[in-house]
Amino acid sequence: MTIDWTAFTPVTALAGGALIGLASVLLLIFNGRIAGISGVLGGLLEGSSGIGWRLAFIIGLLAAPLAWQLFAPLPPIKIEAGYPTLIAAGLLVGFGTRLGSGCTSGHGVCGLSRLSPRSLVATLVFMAAGFATVYVVRHLLAV
Amino acid sequence: MKTTVTALLAGLIFGLGLLLSGMANPEKVLGFLDIAGAWDPSLALVMAGAIAVSLPAFQLFKGRKESLLKETLQLPTNTHIDRRLVIGGLMFGIGWGLAGFCPGPALVASGAGLEKALIFTLAMLAGMGIFRLSAHKMIPARG
Repeated sequence: MTIDWTAFTPVTALAGGALIGLASVLLLIFNGRIAGISGVLGGLLEGSSGIGWRLAFIIGLLAAPLAWQLFAPLPPIKIEAGYPTLIAAGLLVGFGTRLGSGCTSGHGVCGLSRLSPRSLVATLVFMAAGFATVYVVRHLLAV
Repeated sequence: MKTTVTALLAGLIFGLGLLLSGMANPEKVLGFLDIAGAWDPSLALVMAGAIAVSLPAFQLFKGRKESLLKETLQLPTNTHIDRRLVIGGLMFGIGWGLAGFCPGPALVASGAGLEKALIFTLAMLAGMGIFRLSAHKMIPARG
C-alpha cells in the first residue's frame, strides 16, 4: 500500500465529517429521525409518512452548493465515469440501498453511532464491495 | 413547521459537510477506495469525524420517546442480519465503486448542476423504484 500524501486532506475531512455528524444529531434530536439519505429518498418515493421533513431535508442537500457559493468557489467535483457506467452504478446504488435498508449515512454514520451490529455488518459489506470493485476496475481490467 | 425548518437545516449542514470533506467529489472517493493504488485515506477521517460527533449524542438520546420538538423518536427496530442486508450492501458497494457516488453526494453534486451527477441520481431513483415494484418477491427477507 502506498499512501498518496499529496491528496491527503485530514483537516477538511475531519471538519466535514463533524458537520455530517452534527446534521445527523440535529435530525435526531429535533425530528426524531435517522439521517439516512437513501431512507429519506426511498420514503418519499414510496409515500411514507413525513413528506414535509423528507422533502425539506432533500432540498437542504440540493441547496448546499448554492449556499457554499455565497462564500467561496465550489471545491472540485470530478466525475470520471461515462454515462453507461453512471446509469448502471445508479441503478445498483438505488436498488441496493433499499434492499439493504441503508447507505453510507444511515448505516455508516447513524447505525454505527447507535452501535447497531446490523449496520456494522452492512457497512463492512459495502466498504469491502467498494474496495473490491475499484480493485477490479483499476488494476485487473485496468480501465 | 418547526420540524420542516430543522430538517432543511440538517440537510443543508449535511450537504456542506459532504462538500467540505471531499466526499461529494467522486475522484476523491475513488482515491480512497483504491487501496492498491496511490491511496488517499482522507475519507476514513470523514467517517471518524462524523461518528465522533454523532455517537455520544445518539447514545445520550436513544432512550427517549420524543424529540425536543415532541416528535416520536423513530429508530430502526430490525436487528436481523439477513440475506437482504448482505446482498443489498454488495450491490450498493459495487455501484459506489463504479461511479464514486453514494446517495448524499449524488444529490449535492446534482444541486451543483452537474449533468453527470443528475444522470446518476435519476438512475438511482429508478433503482429505488424497481426495488419497490419487485424486490419483495425476489429475495426472501430471512434465510
